[in-house]
Amino acid sequence: MEPINIVNSVITPLDRKNVDTDQIISKEFLKRIERTGFGQFLFYHWRFDADGNEIKDFVLNKPEFKDSKILVAQDNFGCGSSREHAPWAILDYGYNVVIAPSFADIFHNNCFKNGILPIKLTEAECDEILAKGLEKPYMVEVNLEAQTVTCEDGGVYHFSIDPYYKETLLNGWDEIALTFKYEEQIAAYEAKRIAY
Amino acid sequence: MGKNIIEKIWDKHVVYQEEGKPDLLYIDLHLIHEVTSPQAFEGLRMNGRKVRRPELSFATMDHNVPTKNLPTIHDPIARNQIETLAKNAEEFGVELAGMGHPDQGIVHVIGPELGLTQPGKTIVCGDSHTSTHGAFGAIAFGIGTSEVEHVLSTQTLWQNKPKTMEIRVEGELSVGVAAKDIILAIISKFGIGVGTGHIVEFTGEAIHKLSMEERMTICNMSIEAGAKAGLISPDQTTVDYIRGRKHAPQGEKFEEAADYWLSLASDEDATYDTVRIIQAEEIEPIITWGTNPSMGSGVSSNVPTQADYEDESDKAALRKALAYMGLEEGQPLTSIDIQHVFIGSCTNSRISDLRAAANIIKGRKVHENVTAIVVPGSHSTKKQAEAEGLDKIFTDAGFEWRETGCSMCLAMNDDVVPAGERCASTSNRNFEGRQGAGSRTHLVSPPMAAAAAIAGHFVDVREFVKETV
Repeated sequence: MEPINIVNSVITPLDRKNVDTDQIISKEFLKRIERTGFGQFLFYHWRFDADGNEIKDFVLNKPEFKDSKILVAQDNFGCGSSREHAPWAILDYGYNVVIAPSFADIFHNNCFKNGILPIKLTEAECDEILAKGLEKPYMVEVNLEAQTVTCEDGGVYHFSIDPYYKETLLNGWDEIALTFKYEEQIAAYEAKRIAY
Repeated sequence: MGKNIIEKIWDKHVVYQEEGKPDLLYIDLHLIHEVTSPQAFEGLRMNGRKVRRPELSFATMDHNVPTKNLPTIHDPIARNQIETLAKNAEEFGVELAGMGHPDQGIVHVIGPELGLTQPGKTIVCGDSHTSTHGAFGAIAFGIGTSEVEHVLSTQTLWQNKPKTMEIRVEGELSVGVAAKDIILAIISKFGIGVGTGHIVEFTGEAIHKLSMEERMTICNMSIEAGAKAGLISPDQTTVDYIRGRKHAPQGEKFEEAADYWLSLASDEDATYDTVRIIQAEEIEPIITWGTNPSMGSGVSSNVPTQADYEDESDKAALRKALAYMGLEEGQPLTSIDIQHVFIGSCTNSRISDLRAAANIIKGRKVHENVTAIVVPGSHSTKKQAEAEGLDKIFTDAGFEWRETGCSMCLAMNDDVVPAGERCASTSNRNFEGRQGAGSRTHLVSPPMAAAAAIAGHFVDVREFVKETV
């Protein structure tokens, strides 16, 4: 996967809580056997009406957010199904960063495997960013190394992140290749494993 | 100080531990289905990697499979995905219960049926409802496709140790209240994010009185409470269920295993990071009225109103959900007419679910405005039901009796609820569009779904039984 450190972009304010992975990528698009090409289907039923026409007032369809790389939402983002097609769609559409007060566990894990940085800020901080982003196009700079989100009007938010996943993202590591270095430990465990 | 079962199982599976890193955790059982695995096998192939322990993986086909007019699959993309799994299983040496195989079925139904699911195991699958297997006292959780690939190559996963939570159901359940109602009540009381970052142990008298199938319904929907996994300490009910199953240990080995399994139960003085308590007596049959599983209420109540919420974002969420669902604030739940009934899914498609539903509809007819289907959780469940004559009860009443699969729970196959129509569904998610674009899902127990099928609208199954006997 691609390494990630600094991302500069206007934010996309998706002012909703409990955004589930069924909304992020609907089941009719899960039949592909590739990892790529899911971006066109991101939030499909929020972006398009039943006749396939763009729903103009949905935030992703507004021209000012077309090149945005940072998605900001409310609590419990990515809940529901474990489908990794959700982060694949987010990444393929062009987002590298998702900011929310909390993430569902499986989605959160899946982000780290794909070079997407999920940032947890407090609810109050997310509300501030969302409010500004809804008012007018709002630029922020995300710095993973420094663990900061710096806003265009000077505000700086710090975020914490698991040090292991930070390294993985900064280096774009292949986790399986890393785990192969523990072959000796895995074999030793298998030799004494309880199994019925 | 005593340990809880979550700590006991976790500690036994740590392969490697280092400050500043997640634990490297060994995986005992890896279940595979057609939708979340093709990219993982492709990754192995691209990197020239093998499956480390093929005998610890087991594959089946469930998400995409048609439930009628078999064996033809008309959708070429779905067919490709199914054929791809068959090819991958063969190439990498993974046992497969494919289309038409007697062991085939919904992955979370067949694992327990075949005795693959056992207490003390770590179990993963590229499916969030893997939490189902926790009913046996296993740590079982859903993973993404990259993690599927990681397990295939290394039989391990890097995992941060989650916090532990006890959800205690105190007292006794009222008559006519199902396991589904317990878990829906827990989610509506504590919220869909309550379990985030935690593994939940369900405890209490009401839980340990449940059968294994009922426990599976509870643990299945742990994910709808946001939990990484949910489990129940093994007891004699657990041991009795596993005895004699195909992949269970046999003879003396079984007795040895049973002693080990029972030793995993949480110690009496075990503690948890978080404890939540609910009284069984306060739980009545639940109907969801909104667009996430916490948006549910007891059958005797009304759709909430904005005045029921203080927070402006909650009021907004209510307005949005009711607009999607086509419901009015304050409307009695029993006034909601339905057009579809789905009895099935990894939550409620086991033999006891089918018996409970058949018991309600026996000798009655499905309402003329309702299309109703039953989709058994596995071939073997279907066979068992047919041996008991349940299929006849359903078809006589006007239900369609289908082949196994995930079916209308997520509507990846042809089993779709049309836009704007309502379904009383025994599945686990009522998200927007879950059962088809624009569809409206109400989650209920199998008896509640069966009663709604007859009445054409929601009814209190407890009253329904009394009135019509």
